[in-house]
Amino acid sequence: MTLSRNVKVNVEYLTRVEGHGNIVVNVKEGKLEDCRLDIVESPRFFEGMLRGRSIFEAQHITSRICGICACGHSLASIQAAEDAIGFVPSNQTVELRKLLLHLENLDSHLLHIYILVAPDLLGVKSFVPLIASHNDVVRRALRMKKTCNDLCDILVGRHVHPISCIVGGFTKLPGAKELDRMLELLNSLREDMAPTIELAAGLKFPEFERDTEYVALVSDDAEYPMLSGDIGSTDGIRMDKHDYRKITNEFVVPHSSAKHTKANRDSYMVGALARFNLNAQKLHPKARELADRLGMKPIVKNPYLNTVAQLIECVHSLEDSVRIVEELKRNGVNQKEAVTVGINENKSIPVSPGNGVSAVEVPRGILFHNYEVDAGAKIVNANCIIPTGQNLNNIEHDMRKLVPEILEKTDEEITLAMEMLVRAYDPCISCSAHFLNVKFVNR
Amino acid sequence: MKKVKVAFFDFTCCEGCQLQVANMGELLLDVLDKIDVVAFREVMSERSEDYDVAVVEGSITTPHDVERIRNIRAKAKVLIAYGSCATIGGINGMKNNFPLDDIREYVYKDAAKYFETIPTRPLHHVVKVDYSVNGCPVYLPEFVTVLKAALSGIPYNVPDYSVCVECKLNENVCMYERGITCLGPITRAGCNSWCVNNGNICYGCRGMVSNPAEKGQKDVLERYKIPLDWIENKMNMYNKPRELKEMDDIEQER
Repeated sequence: MTLSRNVKVNVEYLTRVEGHGNIVVNVKEGKLEDCRLDIVESPRFFEGMLRGRSIFEAQHITSRICGICACGHSLASIQAAEDAIGFVPSNQTVELRKLLLHLENLDSHLLHIYILVAPDLLGVKSFVPLIASHNDVVRRALRMKKTCNDLCDILVGRHVHPISCIVGGFTKLPGAKELDRMLELLNSLREDMAPTIELAAGLKFPEFERDTEYVALVSDDAEYPMLSGDIGSTDGIRMDKHDYRKITNEFVVPHSSAKHTKANRDSYMVGALARFNLNAQKLHPKARELADRLGMKPIVKNPYLNTVAQLIECVHSLEDSVRIVEELKRNGVNQKEAVTVGINENKSIPVSPGNGVSAVEVPRGILFHNYEVDAGAKIVNANCIIPTGQNLNNIEHDMRKLVPEILEKTDEEITLAMEMLVRAYDPCISCSAHFLNVKFVNR
Repeated sequence: MKKVKVAFFDFTCCEGCQLQVANMGELLLDVLDKIDVVAFREVMSERSEDYDVAVVEGSITTPHDVERIRNIRAKAKVLIAYGSCATIGGINGMKNNFPLDDIREYVYKDAAKYFETIPTRPLHHVVKVDYSVNGCPVYLPEFVTVLKAALSGIPYNVPDYSVCVECKLNENVCMYERGITCLGPITRAGCNSWCVNNGNICYGCRGMVSNPAEKGQKDVLERYKIPLDWIENKMNMYNKPRELKEMDDIEQER
């Protein structure tokens, strides 16, 4: 019977995630012997490569850590750089950055919900069979993805590796015509969002709960914090972003080229569900309405529902994007704020040496960048802590609780449940394996 | 007509070029009408070892990569290097600016021994490449052109004139006139001067032209009083692996 059974799950090259990971589960006579998420991504040594480069090149380089979260990395990089050199961006710049972060969130969440998760819940291997069976759904997904992309084209030149958002501001700014076009695109997204909600509301997610600590940005104002704030947790942590190492407490495990983290407990979770659990009351009313409809009420302890939290955030990001663009339209964009910086050959940005930190909520959770910059604007040290890296430990703890609960299922069902669990976190493995800096451990 | 089987593979990279495929929108369905995608790990769980065309993103940075790309080459009738990492080594090549042991220990400290690494190389250093789509990320119109060429068996030549040619047609003010340095003069065109159109400089992601106007470039640097090492440093962001010999000598290095 189930109690004495053996299960061996070995998923090599987990699919429909960004980057390379393997799942290993080994149950012997009903006892869980091994349960791991192996990270086998080739290391890229970004932090090492940044040494000696101009801080004004950091955004361009770190954007290339990840094709999916390129805008998130860019924003984290820019803000850490500005914190390091002592530059304060204008209000207009900050609003445009918030808009970019919303677009990144929308783009990434939609890709995850439609292309990476929906096939599991509709019982197929990928979106390809859906072209025949759910043609309208596939078309809508691709259309929404493209619309997010078109919005980014207008705002920053392109979504994958944004061009115009740099330290100091934007090298190109949208004019009245561009803002009108953005509103048009945002409105078309609104039209497609309604059937998206219907689809997602009809999906059935596995039932599973585990009590853990949720970490996300928190703030005292009424805004759902994404671009800035303090670090907070559901266990009551509240600290300045510069103290991020006290939260992340990175440690190395032999089976993963991405480091693990823990705060108050054995592990913690970051991402849409963590943000929802900490800041749900600050979401746009339409997003809160959706949360109520879907029965989502903090603290939600089912990690599979991270996908539902993403859907709720989509509505928030869309509505807040409309607000920002409408405000920019009302006030007009000051084109004189466009900057020409390069590597600051023209000394247009004043630089003082320093150590700068950013904490930004990117689609998969809180992202930290940290640069130490010398008087010549060269990077002396770099450190980045990636959301997926922070989630890996939590995923493994979930797996360890989940496997014994589903031992009566077939090997195939167990494998799928594990794959779906990992995918629910929307892991960006290539990101997490690119930053494995252990140099600050002993500080 | 039987559909051509196409497989996507990624090596060391950010997977952003593959993502560009998803950014095609509904046009993607027209493309999928003509080809049969049999492997694409990022978005599909299906996987087949039987394919005609391999689209390969990423650069070669580990001994395992070398074996894997050779396997893919052996199976594919046509191999397309896709994106800067695959065509010129790209950003990963900055690693080659440092001694390997030094950078490995800086990043991994005591755990360095677990992470085997070799100097970053573009695909064509290790296997024969039939088509190249340059850029970080790839410029979609160019990828579609290359895919069409590959499917109909005609050659595609990457433009071998500088980004400046396209940049002038787009009527951008020269970055040197705006007081900053730009790699446009020595970088292969084909991106429609994407970055400069958006107010930024060219970073050289498409690789260097085969016959850069060295004298002209030096004149420009002199005129704007720009030290040569600034430019060199910039070239080494994407183009560092150009210094390595084409290699059938990986074995010798090991």
